[in-house]
Formats: sequence, C-alpha cells, structure tokens
Amino acid sequence: MFQPSSWRADFPAIATLQRQHQTYLDSAATTQKPQALLDALSHYYVHGAANVHRAQHLPGALATQAFEASRDKVGTWLNAGAGSQIVFTHGATSALNLLAYGLEHRFEAGEEIAVSALEHHANLLPWQQLARRRGLKLVILPLADNGQIDLDAALQLIGPRTRVLAVSQLSNVLGTWQPLQPLLNHARAQGAITVVDGAQGIVHGRHDVSQLGCDFYVFSSHKLYGPDGLGVLYGRNDALAKLRHWQFGGEMVQLAGYQDSSFRPAPLGFEAGTPPIASVIGLGATLDYLASLDATAVAEHEAALHRHLLRGLNDREGVRILGAPQAALASFVVEGVHNADLSHLLTEQGIAVRAGHHCAMPLVNSLGLDGAIRVSLALYNDSDDLQRFFNALDQALELLR
Amino acid sequence: MSLPPDAREALDSFAAAAGWEQRARLLMQWGERLAPLTDEEKSDDNRVHGCESQVWLVARQDDGHWRFAAASDARLIRGLLALLLVRVEGLSSAELRQLDLPGWFRQLGLDRQLSPSRSNGLNAVLQRMAQLASGA
Ligand SMILES: Cc1ncc(COP(=O)(O)O)c(C=O)c1O
Repeated sequence: MFQPSSWRADFPAIATLQRQHQTYLDSAATTQKPQALLDALSHYYVHGAANVHRAQHLPGALATQAFEASRDKVGTWLNAGAGSQIVFTHGATSALNLLAYGLEHRFEAGEEIAVSALEHHANLLPWQQLARRRGLKLVILPLADNGQIDLDAALQLIGPRTRVLAVSQLSNVLGTWQPLQPLLNHARAQGAITVVDGAQGIVHGRHDVSQLGCDFYVFSSHKLYGPDGLGVLYGRNDALAKLRHWQFGGEMVQLAGYQDSSFRPAPLGFEAGTPPIASVIGLGATLDYLASLDATAVAEHEAALHRHLLRGLNDREGVRILGAPQAALASFVVEGVHNADLSHLLTEQGIAVRAGHHCAMPLVNSLGLDGAIRVSLALYNDSDDLQRFFNALDQALELLR
Repeated sequence: MSLPPDAREALDSFAAAAGWEQRARLLMQWGERLAPLTDEEKSDDNRVHGCESQVWLVARQDDGHWRFAAASDARLIRGLLALLLVRVEGLSSAELRQLDLPGWFRQLGLDRQLSPSRSNGLNAVLQRMAQLASGA
C-alpha cells in the first residue's frame, strides 16, 4: 500500500532530485531543506546582511535580533529555557572539539573518559586525542548484540575515576537508541561530566535536555533540515561555567590589551569570530517549520517507513542487517557480495545511499566488516522511495550473483 | 596515438553497451580477464589506499616499458582496473605522462566513476600511475 509523505512538497529539492531520477535515502548524512528555510535565507540576504552584536546601525540591530531569536528557539526546542545555555558552533564536530579542549584543564593523568564502542569519529577522536594529551585512559563501553550499549557492563565501567561520559543518543550506523537515562544518572552520581551526541537523535522526535539531565548536548543543524556550517552546543549553566575559552578573537572578548585580555562568559565567549549568521537565522525558520508539524503524525510516518525498510531487507536472502535498528536507518551487508559492487550498482540506478564505514571505523571493524550500505530516512521520504530502492537492490543482486 | 588492440575492443564494446546493466555486465567480464596476483604481490607496498575496496597495483619496467598488474576484492573495480591496464600496458614513462587517462574513461562512458566523491579507488590508482610515470 502506498504510504505518501504529507511533507514531501515542503522540500523543493525532492522534486528536483526526482526529475533527475535520484531517490534520496541518505538523510542521516545530511537532509534536504524546507521551503521555509530557503525563504528565510533569501529574506535575510535580500533585506540586508549585517554583522551581529557589533554595530549600532539598523541592519545590525535587525540581524542581531533575528540571530538571538534563533538562539531562543533552539533553547525552546530542547526545553532548555531561553537561549543563554545555547552556544552556536560550526557543527557537531566543532562542538565536541570545543568540549574536549574546554574541559581539558580539569583532568589529571590516570583519570578516565568513557565513550561507547559505536561512536561516530566526531565523538571519539576529540576524546581519544584529549586522553593522549593528558595521559587519561579512554574506556570503551561495549555493545550488546542488538547494537545498544551493554548497560550492565557500562555501569561497571563507569566509576569514580570517570570524569567524562560521552555517548550518542541514536547510532548513525546501527539506528539504535542508547539507554541514555540510566547511563547519565549513573555517571552523574559518579561525579562525571556527561555529554550526549545528539547529531542523529535530534532528528527523530523531540528531546528534553532538562529531563535527560545531561551536562552537554550537541547536534548539527544540517541534519535537522537546517543550513550547514552550524552546530549547537547546549550546556547547563553550571556546566558551561566549567569550560575554558578555547578559540580567541573578535566577539568573545570583554577587554583586550596587548598582553592580557578578559573574556565573555558563554554563550558569546565561545563564539569567537563572525558566526554563520544566515545559517543561525535559517535554523530558526526550520525550527518554526518543524514546530508547526503534527509531531505524532511525523513519528508514525517515520516508524511505518522504518518498519517497511526492515521488512524489505529481512525478506531478501543473504541480507544481514547490522544490529537491531529501532529508528531512522538500517545498515546492511549481503553475503558474498562486496559493498563497493552493490553501492556502484545502486548509484547507477539513481539510489542515493551511503556505503563505507560511516565515520565509525572502529565499530564497523569490530563487527568484522570493512563497510556496509546504509539506507536512511527522513520525513519527506515515502514508500515509493523504498520500493525504488528495493527494485534497484534486486536488480543489482541479480547481476552480481 | 593509436589504441592497443585490447583497448580498441573495450572501446567498441562499451560504445555499443546500452544502459547501466549492460555496462555493469561488461565491466564484470573485463574484470575476469585480470590475471590474479600472488599473495606476495598483494603486499602493503602495492596496496593503493583511499578505496572502498582493497586495491593493489603492481608495476615494473621492462626495457623502458611499463608492465602493470592489478587486483581488487570488488568485481566492478576489477573491471575498471582491467580497462585501465589495457590502455597503459607497455607504454614508456613519457607516453604514460602524456596519456589522458580521465579522457580514456570518458570515451568508455565511465567518467562518472572518476568523480571526486567516488571512493572506488580508481582515482587513487591513476594518481599512483602518474607518480610512477614521473619517476617519483
Ligand atoms: C552520530 C554523529 N555524531 C556526529 C556527527 C558529526 O556531524 P558533523 O559532521 O555535522 O559535525 C555525525 C554526522 O555524521 C553523526 O552521525
């Protein structure tokens, strides 16, 4: 039965891609953008660009107002109150690097940082390199077969020496929700700083950072139907106060002298240089758009498509799904077929999926693989997209076997 | 420059191929023609990195003429490698330097395999060849 997406027409690129015979199933990498965002970008540039927080003139005042309104919208979206706990960065990656550098001064050799075995490189390498700089031990929380962090093992491994727990909310390879609440509660009780990589989780459902009780929550605008070059770092007020300034320049400084300077507190103190103003304003428009949707209908649509995806993959002989995906995506390999061959033939047929290690090389290798194909969904996908994918998969496998 | 006979054959068959399926079949057939490498030849030194699949390129010079062998664990890449080798086999360094290899794949209708977003390894192999030809 055909399952349409009520929101497909809100994303003009989908129709363009379809005219080029492209079926976009790579939204976990980046998403297409709603018309509301395109309108906001064009409105900002057409009405006059200006730098924020600096100029007294009218365009500057308007840009700053729109910019700060977006900060509040992000705060509201995360239920983090107004914007004072929201720092804009250039992406999830730069937010995580900010944390690894900003927290560095608090750690001593021999202390521990815990991350899970499924982390994206963005939430692994900043901590790994911090551990190497400071002589810390990086503790890897193992996974259960279903692709979730093994909670019993993790609770054993997170102890009084653990200074940071940094984990993903939703795996970008396995599509599994992680047992955040017990992990965060336990880590906090041990006195650890908690960091949630929400890069994938933020895109599916609304998440309440106050309820989660994490110290920091990180995501990228471009995966949430927003503009690229923009990331968000939520930090609880007391957690933000623990950070040392890490990038220096305009905007973040209070008083500057030739030999000495003083810096602003968060959020502006962590936004050195001119921020991506249009992108920030655009993210605000995207959030307005998303907030106007029927959240239950979106969730049901995505869940039904995801079930369809899993059913179709499971129905096909030799297909092995990685873990037990719960949302958004599924990664798979096919027995006796090389991923590179399969992705080549899917590409030939206009199916935009991702092949490779998905920036989680240690995870993919630990599964005994050197790559996998990932199909990822967004609210604009419909069941025809999946049908085209399955037809292409069947054709490809027929040729290859 | 006149084409070697195998290259001419490749060009003719790909020119006649209609659609992606036929091109894929041809690629796989060409891939079968690659002589297998020995385990010693599949050394780390011969491994070409930057590929989704494992790719090896073995090169030696025989009287000023390049002799290449290549292998991959992915079938369509094997085909691309075979099409590359038929074009460069026996060339001198000077000839290799002058050869427009992206142009060769364009003639075959396979230039999309060279787009920078592709990590199939063909680009990395072409770079390795260019290094060899320049004596680096
Ligand atoms: C789970 C996860 N974390 C972090 C990132 C990094 O995001 P970005 O490249 O936008 O900084 C990604 C993006 O692929 C991701 O999936």
